[in-house]
Amino acid sequence: MNLLTVNNLNVSFHIKGIELAALIDVSFTLNRGERIAIVGESGAGKSILGLSIVNLLDKPGYIKSGSVKLENKELSKMNTRQLQEIRGKRIAMIFQDPMMTLNPVLTIGAQLVEAIRSHTRISFKDARNIAIEKLHSVQIASPERRFDQYPHELSGGMRQRVIIASVLLLNPDIIIADEPTTALDVTIQAEIIQLLLDVCHDNSMALILISHDLGVVSRVAERTLVMYAGRIVEEAPTLELINDPQHPYTQGLLNALPQMSLPGQRLNQIQGNMPALNDRPSGCAFHPRCPYATQKCRSEQPNFIYNGISSVSCFLVEDMLEEENSEEDSLDIEYATFHDEGQL
Amino acid sequence: MNTTPLIQISHLEKSFITKSSWIGQWRLRRGKIRRSKESVHALNGVNLTINQGETLCIVGETGCGKSTLARVLMGLTPATSGEIHYQDQRIDHLNDHKRMMFRRRMQMVFQNPYASLNPRMTVYQTLSEPIAFHNQQLNRAEINLQIEDLLESVGISPSSADRYPHEFSGGQRQRISLARALSVEPDFIVADEPLSALDVSVQAQVLNLMMDKQEERNLTYLFITHDLAVVEHFATRVAVMYLGRVCELASTKALFSSPKHPYTQALLSAIPRLDSNMTQPIRLIGEVPTQIEKPIGCVFQARCPYANQRCYETSPKMLRQTDGSSVACHAIEEGRLS
Repeated sequence: MNLLTVNNLNVSFHIKGIELAALIDVSFTLNRGERIAIVGESGAGKSILGLSIVNLLDKPGYIKSGSVKLENKELSKMNTRQLQEIRGKRIAMIFQDPMMTLNPVLTIGAQLVEAIRSHTRISFKDARNIAIEKLHSVQIASPERRFDQYPHELSGGMRQRVIIASVLLLNPDIIIADEPTTALDVTIQAEIIQLLLDVCHDNSMALILISHDLGVVSRVAERTLVMYAGRIVEEAPTLELINDPQHPYTQGLLNALPQMSLPGQRLNQIQGNMPALNDRPSGCAFHPRCPYATQKCRSEQPNFIYNGISSVSCFLVEDMLEEENSEEDSLDIEYATFHDEGQL
Repeated sequence: MNTTPLIQISHLEKSFITKSSWIGQWRLRRGKIRRSKESVHALNGVNLTINQGETLCIVGETGCGKSTLARVLMGLTPATSGEIHYQDQRIDHLNDHKRMMFRRRMQMVFQNPYASLNPRMTVYQTLSEPIAFHNQQLNRAEINLQIEDLLESVGISPSSADRYPHEFSGGQRQRISLARALSVEPDFIVADEPLSALDVSVQAQVLNLMMDKQEERNLTYLFITHDLAVVEHFATRVAVMYLGRVCELASTKALFSSPKHPYTQALLSAIPRLDSNMTQPIRLIGEVPTQIEKPIGCVFQARCPYANQRCYETSPKMLRQTDGSSVACHAIEEGRLS
């Protein structure tokens, strides 16, 4: 059984009487201990997806339809009290900016202990021991001293470690990390990623990594979902996605990376910008930027098709697959008729 | 290529006093009231030359002094000591009035296009101000013509000149910033992390635009970034900075094929790459130390796996290597590390 099942999730924003769709028919599953990544440009809906899993959407955003199931519990219909049981304990989140996540007027220790004691009935002393042990496990030197320090006394990398420690406190099944290394330097980023990998591996936690950095994603995730304008456009094992991207958007995203063109040459840019929520193009939302767009792409939304390795929502890929299949089918028919005659 | 460098920076130092109030600087110590100044040493003797028409990239972690270098170079903040020469004129000690003619030749593009454009000025106003200021003989029609050309050349429709910055996307705003820098026809542009607020595909658009402009106008760039993939693609030469010092200066090819300084090696190994067979990043112990104390010895000693007694005592000099790059490291000088 899947640990997390998101099925046809639609999230909208209701602004001034107009409904703006932020997520459209998003479906995916996550198994226990699996690491997946969600990539896309800003405005693709990555963070909204992360937030709507634990139903942290603020007004005017709301879940319009669809379901988010943790094992067999439906999260999208839960009230706040029920959700509080899930948040932190079963599903924990790491946000982009560690300075914004930690409360600047409380010591690190106070925040960690509060997190433990709001979920379990234990004494302050026991909670303190757990907190220090977790701080130690994220390789923070002298955790006893750090316990009484304030967030501003720590560096960015150190703060992100504290946040990872706070996520570990209650041994959740799923960690949702929303751009956890964007605010950090490359050397620190490499350390934090390694730490996240170790932590997930040691505690067999599932990870949903939200990122725009395909380099980071390729190191962390086993499977990757690519989002564009509120929809998932491609889902594939990370290696396959990087070596053989199917959707034109994924191809464009990978080709735009500086390492994909020769030094000094022009980069392969994708023309245009991601559409805003209020002027989503008809049909496939990517068609105005797509070099292969046809009339069909302008009017109809392509379905998801599975080609054996990856799932892609693109007419181009669909047509290519159909061609292959029809060739195979015609062979099958010939073979079948031959067989029938033989029987006769 | 022109033999005299466009810009020469020598022994540049900059320190910021952390206790800003005069009263706060007085302390009772050993029975006497003394004035104690605590300062952060952001730049500790930077030597760099920038040649005409090249792209010099500066890389390094947060707090290594990259942005301070850019600001001191542009005269946005005064240097504590050292000299900056533009072609053959010294510019760091000029007053605002004398500096004006250099402002026209050196422009800057800032990191965050959301903050660097005035939200209450339309694009037209933003662009017409520098043009009118530096070319007082121009009349309105001529200025309008220039603005139209300028907007077109950065890929923004001139019809949107009357819009405000918030009506544009991040990538478009960064193009407007670039248009503003180009509006006075400079020779030299300092770009301080111009891509870090942008998405990958938009990054490619802005980077392409910058390369096109360089070709068209023979611009010289000082490009500050922490994204090494961009550096590899874009730079002619690369200067790696650590704690206010340049620790390695090399051509892009030499730096990426054979990084020499232990810090450069660690930095390059930490780039997340797409290849599945990437090597494990070299782990550096600890984090960038603060720069309150003026460093004695090599700035990298605390995190360097090859540090010895000499590294703690004397600061290494930039030495030229066989492949033309320069490295400041005792371990390389002594042949302990090759």
